[in-house]
Amino acid sequence: MVRVLIPSGALGLGYDRAALARGIAMRPDIIAIDGGSTDSGPHYLGTGTSKYSRNSTKAEWRELMAARAEAGAPLVIGTAGTCGADDAVDWLVDITREIAAETDSKLKIAVLKSGQDAEILKSALKAGRIAPLPPASALDADVLDACTNIVALAGAEQIAAALQTGADIVIAGRTTDTAIIAALPLQRGCHPGGAWHGAKIGECGALATTHPNSGTILIDFDETGFTMQPMGEGVRATPHTVSAHMLYENSDPIRLFEPGGYLDVSDAVYTACDDRSVRVEGSAWVPGPYTVKLEGACRSGFQTVSIALIRDPRYVANIRSWCDDIVVKCTAKAKARVEGDFGIELRIIGLDSTLGPLDTAAKSGTEVGVMGIVTAGTEALSMEVAKMLNPYLLHHPLSEDEEMPTFAFPFSPPEMPRGAIHEFCLNHILSLDDPMEAFHLDVIEVGA
Amino acid sequence: MSTVGDIAHKVRSKNAGPFWLTVDVFCGTPDAFARISQGLDSADVAAALQVDPGVLKRFDLANLNVVKFSAPRPAIQGTRADRDMHGASFAVLIAELPL
Repeated sequence: MVRVLIPSGALGLGYDRAALARGIAMRPDIIAIDGGSTDSGPHYLGTGTSKYSRNSTKAEWRELMAARAEAGAPLVIGTAGTCGADDAVDWLVDITREIAAETDSKLKIAVLKSGQDAEILKSALKAGRIAPLPPASALDADVLDACTNIVALAGAEQIAAALQTGADIVIAGRTTDTAIIAALPLQRGCHPGGAWHGAKIGECGALATTHPNSGTILIDFDETGFTMQPMGEGVRATPHTVSAHMLYENSDPIRLFEPGGYLDVSDAVYTACDDRSVRVEGSAWVPGPYTVKLEGACRSGFQTVSIALIRDPRYVANIRSWCDDIVVKCTAKAKARVEGDFGIELRIIGLDSTLGPLDTAAKSGTEVGVMGIVTAGTEALSMEVAKMLNPYLLHHPLSEDEEMPTFAFPFSPPEMPRGAIHEFCLNHILSLDDPMEAFHLDVIEVGA
Repeated sequence: MSTVGDIAHKVRSKNAGPFWLTVDVFCGTPDAFARISQGLDSADVAAALQVDPGVLKRFDLANLNVVKFSAPRPAIQGTRADRDMHGASFAVLIAELPL
């Protein structure tokens, strides 16, 4: 039996301290926590940075490092620093060094990096080892060159290799959400379908329970399946909360693809052990070719944003035509005055800025916000055009024969540079002969 | 006329990675599941999301009283055309569909 303690769905999100303490008292074999995902957008992979505050990350990581020492079990984090790029891994390694020094601890750290070299991937592309996933099409080598960061998603094999070093802590770059939980149970011969299925159920901490914010859960893996129990006071896992989690952020609720195969839960049976824990058996692991998913982000320009607020009822009633007129006139003026491509978009907050053309039943209230977004190839051009947009947002009249109106601006200056913007540009898989060939494992010692 | 949202317990949408969107209609009871599963046309869901009906995946999960739809995102997450980084607002379009 392998006992995995999952403190929460992600480092930096917080958890219930009493629940974590209860979990530590149950003597887990490993503590596993996720450090990120793509869900916060392409900026983090594009820049190799973390979404969460450094201070929050350090505060929670310090507590988990203390929990590790108390449990005497390894602590593993996957997708460190939100995106799992090499720079984000180094960021968490630095935080770990600081904590080790401050707490007078000597620790062995396995550092698993998932960053990919574009030149090596170009050779793999030529060799036919990169394939698209729907809805992507075949990869163009130029896209690889354009990426500021490319990562491959490590699976259980790479995490197992890191654990085999005997490290106290494993800090991994991009991994699948499940790999950090499934690795030790698989390594110790637990049921493979149960290992992957339990890992999927546990990857968001207490999300698969009656109290998603309570954070900490414990999963026992064995030869025939797994048993999941929440650690929070009064928190329950039921066959419904557990089985429903296969829906979460999954396009297919039955099959989950991982490096080296897929999980199939068609025949899974969920049984309540008591009023708070659930036993699951019958999940199947279907082995396949060893492929890892690639993620890449590339720069797609620079943006400057402005916000104007419109309360005049006549302007609110005619806001769409007002915005359309501004875009046409400001675009023409800017084209005459600047060199280079740019785009001006006005989104009407309070009407349809959330869903755009999909929101066919949109209606506005007493006021609207107009968010001007200028995108260009350089930061300077984006700011220059945004400054040309400002007089329109401030004073543009609905008709020529009316007094010049003035609208509300919450800020001075009104232009807010967003810096470089990024896009996800890879949705492909890479075939590997050896699971470690695309990953880099180092062991370091930190602290006293 | 009732909408999907009137009958379902909850309608949730989320990203399933940067390129896919998934909508979970939690019907709550077998009766509500039967009404929604039989009354909600996949073509209407595809039209609401403005995606090709041929790429819309549908799962009618009687054991969970859930009808689930997945489709390529109307705009890839985080691109200039995307307005909802987490994909959470698309659920409203399905909840507002008449049954």
